[in-house]
Amino acid sequence: MSGNGQRPRTLFEKVWDGHVVRPPADGAPTVLYIDLHLVHEVTSPQAFTTLRERGLRVRRPDRTLATMDHSTPTTPRNELGIIPVLDNQAAAQLDVMRKNCEDFGIPLYELGSENQGIVHVIGPEQGLTQPGMTIVCGDSHTSTHGAFGALAFGIGTSEVGHVLATQTLLQDRPKSMAVRVDGRLQPGVTAKDIILAVIAEIGIGGGTGHVIEYMGEAIRGLGMEGRMTVCNMSIEGGARAGMVAPDDTTIEYVSGRPHAPQGEAWDAAVAAWRDLPGDENAAWDREVVLDANSLVPMITYGTNPGMGMRITERIPDPDRLGDPTARLALDKALQYMDLQPGQSLLGKPVDVVFVGSCTNSRISDLREAAQLMNGRKVADNVRMMVVPGSQLVKRQAEAEGLDEVFRAAGAEWREAGCSMCIAMNGDQLQPGQYAVSTSNRNFEGRQGKGGRTFLASPLTAAASAINGVISDVRSMQTERA
Amino acid sequence: MEPVTAFAGQIVALPINDIDTDQIIPARFLKTTDSAGLGRNLFADWRYEADGTPRADFILNQPQHADASVLVAGDNFGCGSSREHAPWALKGAGFRAVVSTSFADIFRNNALQNGLLPLQVDEETQQQLISLAQEDAGTTLRVDLEAQTLTLPDGRQVSFPIDGFARHCLLNGVDQLGYLLGLEDEIFDWEAAHPGRIDSLTPG
Repeated sequence: MSGNGQRPRTLFEKVWDGHVVRPPADGAPTVLYIDLHLVHEVTSPQAFTTLRERGLRVRRPDRTLATMDHSTPTTPRNELGIIPVLDNQAAAQLDVMRKNCEDFGIPLYELGSENQGIVHVIGPEQGLTQPGMTIVCGDSHTSTHGAFGALAFGIGTSEVGHVLATQTLLQDRPKSMAVRVDGRLQPGVTAKDIILAVIAEIGIGGGTGHVIEYMGEAIRGLGMEGRMTVCNMSIEGGARAGMVAPDDTTIEYVSGRPHAPQGEAWDAAVAAWRDLPGDENAAWDREVVLDANSLVPMITYGTNPGMGMRITERIPDPDRLGDPTARLALDKALQYMDLQPGQSLLGKPVDVVFVGSCTNSRISDLREAAQLMNGRKVADNVRMMVVPGSQLVKRQAEAEGLDEVFRAAGAEWREAGCSMCIAMNGDQLQPGQYAVSTSNRNFEGRQGKGGRTFLASPLTAAASAINGVISDVRSMQTERA
Repeated sequence: MEPVTAFAGQIVALPINDIDTDQIIPARFLKTTDSAGLGRNLFADWRYEADGTPRADFILNQPQHADASVLVAGDNFGCGSSREHAPWALKGAGFRAVVSTSFADIFRNNALQNGLLPLQVDEETQQQLISLAQEDAGTTLRVDLEAQTLTLPDGRQVSFPIDGFARHCLLNGVDQLGYLLGLEDEIFDWEAAHPGRIDSLTPG
């Protein structure tokens, strides 16, 4: 029990309760205060239009940060050090972002500037993402920030306008789901494999209406970047938010970052964060348990992130599915992917390997991939793109010589951005191409019209790039050891 | 906003589960800064050939469905990306409601903000509507937001759940922003009692 005699509360409940400006009243849902609002060029312009039409200001520009990431090119800089934007429509959208930030007094990390990057990479690396906060962004992968024990979720553009104008949102209280991952990960198995296994287990809509809290020995054993990978893909299981209770790993990560509290404020913050983990006997609406010891590298075979399997498994047979709509969905997916029931994906040739996205573009992801690629070559049939999540990640990787490893292997080393995860910026698959991608969505056409995506970890991606076919990284690691 | 009260509309069936917002409107159409004019890009990758000509076999291109305003879809409609361009595209193409057994959370919110009704029904009703739409393109469904009911062609009435506050806003043609703006004093008081931890982000 908590000390003051209240009923035991989960981490989520503590963060939620701490941000209620007004409980449900006059038929309206909870008014929830938002601590940090992250803004990008694609989902914000229409919200600023609403503000202008109604003569409103941005209520708390000091709690709002904008970056450019979705429609921005990741091609190399020109001789002036500038990243050229060749797409006129994207250029116009970036101009609008610039003007909106100027007019409303919002700080902006411009394309190519030293702190620019994917919105869900820069929040944590700047120390803006802190335990116990509420964080929103017009982007479904805002769930990433939950890795710090923040309540973070994606919103639509109308709601972006609500937060810009009032710093609050009307929200119905979601249900809670506990996902416990016991045991320890085996070599070659990573945070990405955990979350792909979770989504394969609960299904693409299994978390709808819920906030997930990830717990258990395997989650505790992950670094912050691995926890971000897990929380990032909560939305792919339908949950708007995923959270991990803050611990020493969290506090150590936040400490000393540019926007982290300093001095006495730091001590007070840490004391508050230590109180955030859920109380003993807190109750969940639903619980799911996985065993990390038995996890192996995962890969998707279909057209949504729930269609995933162990890399050693064979593609399921639609005819063996009882539910007719599930059968139809799998049939349709395999037709799009041009794959057969019962087929193994190991050995399947691939055309492109993409390492990047808000799921897997942080320094630890790049280190893992580079370690495997060091002294090896990307297969002749493969184009490999490595896209760091931010300019800071890029500089760190370059300081460590990772860019040289990738280049020497024949991979492209790019500027920071969302790139081929969402394929808005010209980085895209051609119709019919197969890609192993460290991103988060394998929807039809997600990485380019007609393109076919296999979602996997950076290790699986790197192994597949070297061999030119989908590969089980565990065999390569044994070779090397 | 125009109030949404009751209307009758032709139904068209797209009986596919887990239709994600990348299918509803692919990302390459998100470089706009406007919310109007997106109807032509609705389901673009299913609807058009590579050269832009409409695919005759895609149901929304068939002339008998040209006036449809209620889309009957498979389960878990609108999953994936948070893009509000999805309801903007559906509205832009003339849709006023989507029927499914379940909706992704962000899509449901976005739809309600734009007067597009997410009508959640049980599987039996969903399947009945899909069959009716496939048998007769002229099948009409009556939607009454006040009463929270759908009236099927055979006269059967089915109720649907909807967030009470969203319903209030839609019936009265008011939006949530106006309501939140009215809470300025309470928000100010809350902030005064809860100093934030972030040092200022505003350029000096």
